[in-house]
Amino acid sequence: MSRDSESPRLSVAKTYKLYINGRFPRSESGRYFSLSASNGKLTANVSRASRKDFREAVVAARAALDGWSSSSAYLRGQILYRVAEMLESRSAEFVAELRDQGRSQARARTEVSESIDRLVYFAGWADKYQQVFSAVNPVATSHFCFSLLEPTGVVGVLAPERSGLLGLVSNVAAAIVGGNTVVALASESRPLSAISLAEVLQSGDVPAGVVNLLTGFRAELAEHFLSHMDVNAVVVCEHDPVIDDGVAATSAENLKRLLNRCDRDWRTATDPYLICETQEVKTTWHPIAP
Amino acid sequence: MAELAVVERAAAIPADALHAPVDTVGVQERIARLCARSIKKESKREALHRVLSMIDLTTLEGQDTAGKVRQLCRKARCLDTELPDLPTVAAVCVYPTLVGVARDALAGSAINVAAVATAFPSGMAPLAVKLADTAAAVEQGADEIDMVISRGALLAGDYEQVFAEIQAVKAACGNAHLKVILETGELGTLETVRTASMLAMYAGADFIKTSTGKIKPAATLPVTLVMLQAIRDYHDRTGRAVGMKPAGGISRSKLAIQYLVVVNETLGPDWLVPERFRFGASSLANDVLMQLGKLATGRYQSADYFSRD
Amino acid sequence: MSHDPLSSAPWHYASAPEATDHVLLDERYELFIGGKFVAPKSGEYRPSINPANEKTLAQWAAAGADDVDAAVAAARRAYRSVWSKTKPAERGKYLFRIARQLQERAREFAVIESMDGGKPIRESRDVDIPLAAAHFFYHAGWADKLEYAFPNRSVAPLGVAGQIIPWNFPLLMAAWKIAPALATGNTVVLKPAETTPLTALKLAELIQEADLPPGVVNIVTGDGTAGAALVAHPGVDKIAFTGSTNVGREIQRRLAGSSTRYTLELGGKAANIVFADAAIDEAVEGIVNAIFFNQGHVCCAGSRLLVQESVAEALTAKLKARMASLIVGDPLDKNTDIGAINSREQLQRIRHYLDVGVEEGAELYQSAADLPGKGYYCAPSLFSGVSQSDRVVQEEIFGPVLTIQTFRTFDEALMKANNTRYGLSGGVWTDKGSKIFKMTNQIRAGVIWANTFNKFDPTAPFGGYKESGVGREGGLHGLDGYVELGHRRGKS
Repeated sequence: MSRDSESPRLSVAKTYKLYINGRFPRSESGRYFSLSASNGKLTANVSRASRKDFREAVVAARAALDGWSSSSAYLRGQILYRVAEMLESRSAEFVAELRDQGRSQARARTEVSESIDRLVYFAGWADKYQQVFSAVNPVATSHFCFSLLEPTGVVGVLAPERSGLLGLVSNVAAAIVGGNTVVALASESRPLSAISLAEVLQSGDVPAGVVNLLTGFRAELAEHFLSHMDVNAVVVCEHDPVIDDGVAATSAENLKRLLNRCDRDWRTATDPYLICETQEVKTTWHPIAP
Repeated sequence: MAELAVVERAAAIPADALHAPVDTVGVQERIARLCARSIKKESKREALHRVLSMIDLTTLEGQDTAGKVRQLCRKARCLDTELPDLPTVAAVCVYPTLVGVARDALAGSAINVAAVATAFPSGMAPLAVKLADTAAAVEQGADEIDMVISRGALLAGDYEQVFAEIQAVKAACGNAHLKVILETGELGTLETVRTASMLAMYAGADFIKTSTGKIKPAATLPVTLVMLQAIRDYHDRTGRAVGMKPAGGISRSKLAIQYLVVVNETLGPDWLVPERFRFGASSLANDVLMQLGKLATGRYQSADYFSRD
Repeated sequence: MSHDPLSSAPWHYASAPEATDHVLLDERYELFIGGKFVAPKSGEYRPSINPANEKTLAQWAAAGADDVDAAVAAARRAYRSVWSKTKPAERGKYLFRIARQLQERAREFAVIESMDGGKPIRESRDVDIPLAAAHFFYHAGWADKLEYAFPNRSVAPLGVAGQIIPWNFPLLMAAWKIAPALATGNTVVLKPAETTPLTALKLAELIQEADLPPGVVNIVTGDGTAGAALVAHPGVDKIAFTGSTNVGREIQRRLAGSSTRYTLELGGKAANIVFADAAIDEAVEGIVNAIFFNQGHVCCAGSRLLVQESVAEALTAKLKARMASLIVGDPLDKNTDIGAINSREQLQRIRHYLDVGVEEGAELYQSAADLPGKGYYCAPSLFSGVSQSDRVVQEEIFGPVLTIQTFRTFDEALMKANNTRYGLSGGVWTDKGSKIFKMTNQIRAGVIWANTFNKFDPTAPFGGYKESGVGREGGLHGLDGYVELGHRRGKS
């Protein structure tokens, strides 16, 4: 018995799966890809999402849109803040995970802290961006005319490659704080943070389907993000040969909004214009009785 | 017909007829569009003749005398000595005390005598007094009675009182035609104008009329449009045709023609006749004559060349 | 009554033609490049036809790719050497000046617009031209105030804007495009539509007279190949397009992978929803304005009427009566409500859809309007007995053709309204405020009119959701399509 107690305890490794509609399924395709540390040791096997997984994620995001977009700005702000709280409480884990994916200790700590602060930043915008960016239009006729922002709808995010956590958090937060729902494809080289973030989102009371996170290959999935007829906008964060002119052109099939965020520095992306980019301006007219 | 044209009580009026939303801005836009019609040449000459034939030449002053009314009747019989083929006006409208004078002065002509009755213009008298007022005017020879409704009762929501009074006055009119003055300038909203129009028609009005001329605003195009729409809807429901009379503030030909355009495009040509449309006016006729003079001679006219009575 | 009544015979309005003797048109118009009127390199000219009588009004130059190239080069030169160095307040003053000169010559422009495009003079006089001037006036004031439109950001122009406009509101669309581009400091190459180039060319003359620096605005008339050359030109920093969804889609295909910015104002198939508690007469008027304004050549036309079942019969009767009073005819007659269809091609397209609707089993009502013998005309048309799956309900006809469907509940109306690939506009008619806001919040479209329709103003942003377009034009939000935002110095 004493020999047993002296042997090192075997750690329980996390299985990284996809996050679709508030659940954690494996890829329907059964495929995976491996992440290795610099010494060659296996870090994790990661689910390799298929276009069918993507399709399921879009269905979930579309189904969640009505409820999420009609929730109050106050509630969305509170939920984002709650996500920040959850991330804070698990920051050590996220730092370790970023280190496993090649970040230095110092940079990993910075990225996690900035991600938490970014969530708080956007949580604070929830009930303000409308005030700052909407307008009452002084039309020349006897009408009350105003323009306000409404979510574009289902937003696809092809997340930044290097900024595996902060870049993802910035894009997702900016989209959902404005009432959109999201399907995001995580960084290929740093995908683990996305799935851990999913756990945070789930425990942070983000309703199922509002954020769906996939891991997999851009080369395989980007074309489906761009061509899907029920995706209203796609955020592209990497100059990537797989998103060539031909693939980008498929976005025109449903005139989806194509947002190029390739050259952003995500460390400084405290930017309400990111929210505006996934909003539609709606102008409403009503007569004023004389 | 699907529905009764005249009912016993206000409560018997179908609810969707009595109350219907009206959008003021929409009405104004419709009027603006109708006023953009350009009436030229032969269609203008025709309109001016129609306008003359629809006028209730009116004097309703405390200072009215038999002499004043006789002069007005003379004008009604002969609008102008130089312009050919003029119609006569439809009626001369006076206070009940002067009905006899007007009747005698118009004898032998086709021009009707109209009398304002029912404690005109306020209507603030007991029903018995109103009925006596009406009966006296009819007895003196009035062909048409212009009554006022009880605006206070209407605004207080007492539709039955308003309705019952119109019903009673209608009975007192006998063979005389009844025009019911809503005094729209006191009614506040176009919805109320529509409700009052319906009350009057279901109570038996032969005409509905905007104003006494003693309150501003008097007749306006938007109010007239809403009343014409009520007349059309009532006609569609019951088959009975009710006439319309805007009164007060219509002194220019151009404005009168705009009224005709509104009638033409709301109720159609069936209403472009004096049996169904009248102008209550005192100085409109001369402006129409000046316009006709211009059309006849090609020269712009001077008021000095037209008799004023 | 005893007196002699006039007959109740119809009262016909005599023709009231707008005077045209003050309007001067040249026999031939050149391209406006670098502040000068220059012949197209091909030497090719085409006629602009008056659709009301099929007569040729003038010849216009057909620009080719080399002409477009010259125009872009002129715009680039003007941008670099003059316009980017012009003080914002001075830029604004040029726009104010253009607005004023347009107001001074408003009637002349209105008459030409009606002759070239077929729209009734009542509309070109009261809507198109005044609004075009208002767009210049509104945007003029923005030129030196742009930092206030974009809080905490610096604002820079994009450079050269290529702009392609349609034939339904020729001068107004030119103003929508040119005014914000210039106010934000860009230079412009504008391509008017083939069938309606004349007011844009008159605007070129006006711009010349206003002393705008040469090359700041270039106007190249041409067909689709000229438009395609402009879209494909590497020297263009931004494309602004108004037109069909199909062409818009082609433009996005072309530009999606590039660094060229674009805004697209495309087609629509708007629902106009009438609840039983609406002011019915005003709703009828709104329905007429929604679909018969500008012969229905309006991307945001209310072409799908949705009526609550309980009032459908009464409303349809009133609508038919109102349609019967619409005067169809000579666009220059001041009493004309519905003018000429813009071109023979468009008339054929509308007639095709009328056939399709009948084949699909819909019931067609057309007012018994007297149509002129010469010219392209179409009586106001109403399809009833249609279903959501019919082509005449799903596809944009761009003519005076309305479909009418009924609904029972709010949710059914909303579902039908949003069941479309388009999302440009929508209309709601009800007397109840809370219902208005419930519906206007949930219709997925960029412009919603409640108890009104087809209202436009330079201060009011306009543009579509979904396949109706990308971006906004007009108002504060319309500036966004013409600027590059940067971080202000010393701020993050």
